[in-house]
Amino acid sequence: METIKNYFFSDMGVMLGRSMRHILRSMDTIITVTIMPIAFMLLFVYVFGGAIQTGMDNYVNYLLPGILLIAIASGISYTAYRLFIDMQRGIFERFHSMPIARSTVLWGHVLTSLVSNAISVVVIILVALIMGFRSSAGVLSWLAVAGILALFTLALTWIAVIAGLSAKSVDGASAFSYPLLFLPFISSAFVPTESMRPVVRAFAENQPVTPIVEAIRALLSNQPVGNGIWVALAWCTGIMLVAYSFAMRVYKKRV
Amino acid sequence: MGCRFVKGYSYLTLGEMNIQNKAIQVKGLKKSYKQLDVLKGVDFEVEKGNIFALLGSNGAGKTTIVKILTTLLKQDNGSVTVNGFDVAAKPGNVRQSISLTGQFAAVDEILTGRENLIMIARLRHLSNPHLVADDLLKRFGLTDAADRRASTYSGGMRRRLDIAMSLVGKPQLIFLDEPTTGLDPEARIEVWKIIKELAGSGTTVFLTTQYLEEAEQLADRIAILDKGRIIVSGTLAELKKLFPPAKVEYIEKQPTLEEIFLAIFGKKEEK
Repeated sequence: METIKNYFFSDMGVMLGRSMRHILRSMDTIITVTIMPIAFMLLFVYVFGGAIQTGMDNYVNYLLPGILLIAIASGISYTAYRLFIDMQRGIFERFHSMPIARSTVLWGHVLTSLVSNAISVVVIILVALIMGFRSSAGVLSWLAVAGILALFTLALTWIAVIAGLSAKSVDGASAFSYPLLFLPFISSAFVPTESMRPVVRAFAENQPVTPIVEAIRALLSNQPVGNGIWVALAWCTGIMLVAYSFAMRVYKKRV
Repeated sequence: MGCRFVKGYSYLTLGEMNIQNKAIQVKGLKKSYKQLDVLKGVDFEVEKGNIFALLGSNGAGKTTIVKILTTLLKQDNGSVTVNGFDVAAKPGNVRQSISLTGQFAAVDEILTGRENLIMIARLRHLSNPHLVADDLLKRFGLTDAADRRASTYSGGMRRRLDIAMSLVGKPQLIFLDEPTTGLDPEARIEVWKIIKELAGSGTTVFLTTQYLEEAEQLADRIAILDKGRIIVSGTLAELKKLFPPAKVEYIEKQPTLEEIFLAIFGKKEEK
């Protein structure tokens, strides 16, 4: 009898290659996850930025962390979309009835989300550099920023998995990301929270985006991060764990 | 009609021979979703190299049986053996020896036909995915469309690609869940031809269908599923015997639209 070998890495590679092709062949995805955030950045820096008092002399430096979070939040809605389409078209069933490492069917989408968001983050940072973004951060600080962004991506990706697996329609599969896209606007991503009305300010200061944005901003400008970074990490890890356990429950029910 | 005994097994006892000869054995299969009993004790066997058709109306439980046989769903009760492996205990071995073509053509629409085949060949861990893809594209008349995205394919082409994907790695047993539902007559005849060729080369085919004519055209054995039970099974000749002998009646024979269609396309193919 032939033994069943585990081909986890090779199967994962096939799954990653497949969904990366999906992204690169979809103009819509590329525009939404890269061009839109860049357009936001241009708009805020060159149109609104002059009127915004942040206490930093370079508004691109102030703005960049929030733009990166917006790019990731719009990126993960496509993860939900791709999962939904796979479920609906029977591709999941085809893969699951094959002699492959079964976990790669779902984790391939998660890995794709990490890789594709990392690419759009890098592209946006390069454009920001052209627009005058400068950082005095060292290698360790950059690694910390990469870590926070990866955690944030994972946390939102698992929310996207829940949406993609339980949606009844294509619209439903990606609609969940709109509130996520709004959170950065009601945070310290674009303007300091001190300028907001009391109720809005209370919300802005206590929602996850503000500590995450401020931790990244502090790391990139070589400022002390204080306790804020732990709040940011706690939010990311907490959301990730809760979303992951829900997502796995939905996955086991659907498969 | 297929021969019942495969040569070379004559030295085995009758019991062993049964196991060797069976591609699928299902005994007392039960499955319910919450309150709804979908399968209420299903028994049947499929011999190797045969085309077996499971007939039934919508909602009879055909797809549930296919899902259990292909390890996508766990049964509540009963034993299911596929190619000698218990589906609950050895799902990995079952998956290695089967292929599923689901109710809807499960092709990746964003990839090209060739990329779809290469992807499946990689997932089956074959050593030369490109060669396998080229061969299947040629065999299924998709070479010209090989580098177009599957989303541009017609229904028939998509189904052919779907079946070609199921043949990657030469599995011994192929499940086709309503392979011709939603296809135009020409594409349906093409799919029938493919299925006949498959069985001719020794592959066992498990087919579900709602079309009586499809079962009649293709199957060595037919089982009819109704409300979660197999109500009748056997060869076409055996099933015909269940009915009262034919009476002789004289009626004017008008060709059906199907026959006209077949005649036209039959001629076209001969050219």
